Amino acid sequence: MLLAIDTSAGTGVAVVDRDRGVLAELSSPDTRGHAELIGDYLREALERAGVAPGELSGVAVGMGPGPFTGLRVGIAAARAFALGIRRPVVPIVSHDAIAFGRTAPGIVVTDARRREVYWSRYGAADELGLPVRLEGPALAKPDDVPTDAELVDSPLVPVGALGLLAEALSAHGRPFAADEPLYLRSPDVTLSAGPKRVTG
Amino acid sequence: MTGPLVLGIETSCDETGVGIVRGTELLANVIASSMDEHARYGGVVPEVAARAHLEALGPTLDEALERAGVRLDELDAIAVTSGPGLAGALMVGVGAAKALSIATGTPLYAVNHLVGHVGADVLRDDRGELELPTIALLVSGGHTSLLLVRDLISDVELLGETIDDAAGEAFDKVARLLGLPYPGGPQIDRAAEGGDPRAIRFPRGLTAAKDLDRHRYDFSFSGLKTAVARWVEQKRDAGEDVPLADVAASFREAVADVLLSKALAACRDLGVPRLLLGGGVVANARVRELAQQRTAAEGIALRIPPLSLCTDNGAMIAALGAQLVEAGRAPSGLGFGADSTLPVTSIQAA
Repeated sequence: MLLAIDTSAGTGVAVVDRDRGVLAELSSPDTRGHAELIGDYLREALERAGVAPGELSGVAVGMGPGPFTGLRVGIAAARAFALGIRRPVVPIVSHDAIAFGRTAPGIVVTDARRREVYWSRYGAADELGLPVRLEGPALAKPDDVPTDAELVDSPLVPVGALGLLAEALSAHGRPFAADEPLYLRSPDVTLSAGPKRVTG
Repeated sequence: MTGPLVLGIETSCDETGVGIVRGTELLANVIASSMDEHARYGGVVPEVAARAHLEALGPTLDEALERAGVRLDELDAIAVTSGPGLAGALMVGVGAAKALSIATGTPLYAVNHLVGHVGADVLRDDRGELELPTIALLVSGGHTSLLLVRDLISDVELLGETIDDAAGEAFDKVARLLGLPYPGGPQIDRAAEGGDPRAIRFPRGLTAAKDLDRHRYDFSFSGLKTAVARWVEQKRDAGEDVPLADVAASFREAVADVLLSKALAACRDLGVPRLLLGGGVVANARVRELAQQRTAAEGIALRIPPLSLCTDNGAMIAALGAQLVEAGRAPSGLGFGADSTLPVTSIQAA
């Protein structure tokens, strides 16, 4: 059984089981309030699933792409929860959770704010039904996203699917994502040329 | 010593701090700083700090537990800074603390960063009790606040704070215009060695009679920074050498003077014969020296926690959490967020 967390768009928490599927899933499309929601969602998801933290075998988490501040809340929570139960973190590219369950090729698009989007291109699902990411995730102006495949524009990341994808990757010995946040943007900061004059 | 075993998490600025205490006994105080990453920018970049917190928090937690020799399942409570501070940085600690609390079934206390600085005093090795009421002067790169503390967990009042730059920020900015690296405090301290603190009379912000009504206990360092810049530019424009030691010593004197003048005025006005210092600027040799001289002259008891507990750290958050647990306070709910402007009257967030 896995706990699954994603805050790359809204806030989502789920408890999933390889055989029994999604046992509990809570999700809010609100693109703010991640830090406020995450605690109640964690407690509520475990309660609804009737699962104690010690029964979990790991914590799946969406590594983005997503806006920095919210994205970090979920990753911080996942890492701390995993540390608390001494089980591993299972990092997943959030777009892969959106593509999981589809069979046809497509381009997943999510909001990156500042009039930009994150996108990833997927081929047809593989023989196990797992997503095959061919390009991305990448950052682009909406007009620059490829249009040669069906666009899958998603306002939220299905966190139950994210957990089940983690279970499937684990079951088939497939690699997880890298354990680093997919910010895709550098911090907003410019090196100043030096102190400005104060006298004319 | 006995008392509740509490783990504290602090991520309000550029230090990722995890501390563990048992009551007033310090068991571990581990800090990972992203200061070096900010050096090239001349100041703390919030997004850089927040990214560093996310990467440092796990290793810092592990190291603190190992140093303290305790297991997570032994903890009586977890405490976390919910504000004030940088919102994005605070959220890393808040998200992690909530998850850790639920994963381990440990009660969670959301506490105030500034009151935490006062709480650090209970961890002193000499076991001297924090006597109350006390005036507390908290000075760092992010804060310059003067508090009246009647009770650590129930009665803290903000007397004044900076209306523009924090004192630590002023050190960084003046260091920069003098061509010295970041962080400015230790650089200015070094440059001031052998300099004459009375060589240049730089302004003391908000100390004029007209300001004392509205801003008796408030601070302003923006005008001081500009005055230093103007003075240095005039020298350079005239083709003269800038006497670095004198400028550094005179600037540092202006900061220390105004900090202590206002703190001691609060002690006198309010009849409180105790002053506590906290925050990273306490590392400044002249600030400490002047505090010792002036409090001694006025018969005011001075307390300065060890430097490792003055800069931002998780142990002070744990210590404040332990005080709340001992007083029988209920844990915070899970709905609190990061509050970048949390007032000092909110010692514990609901």
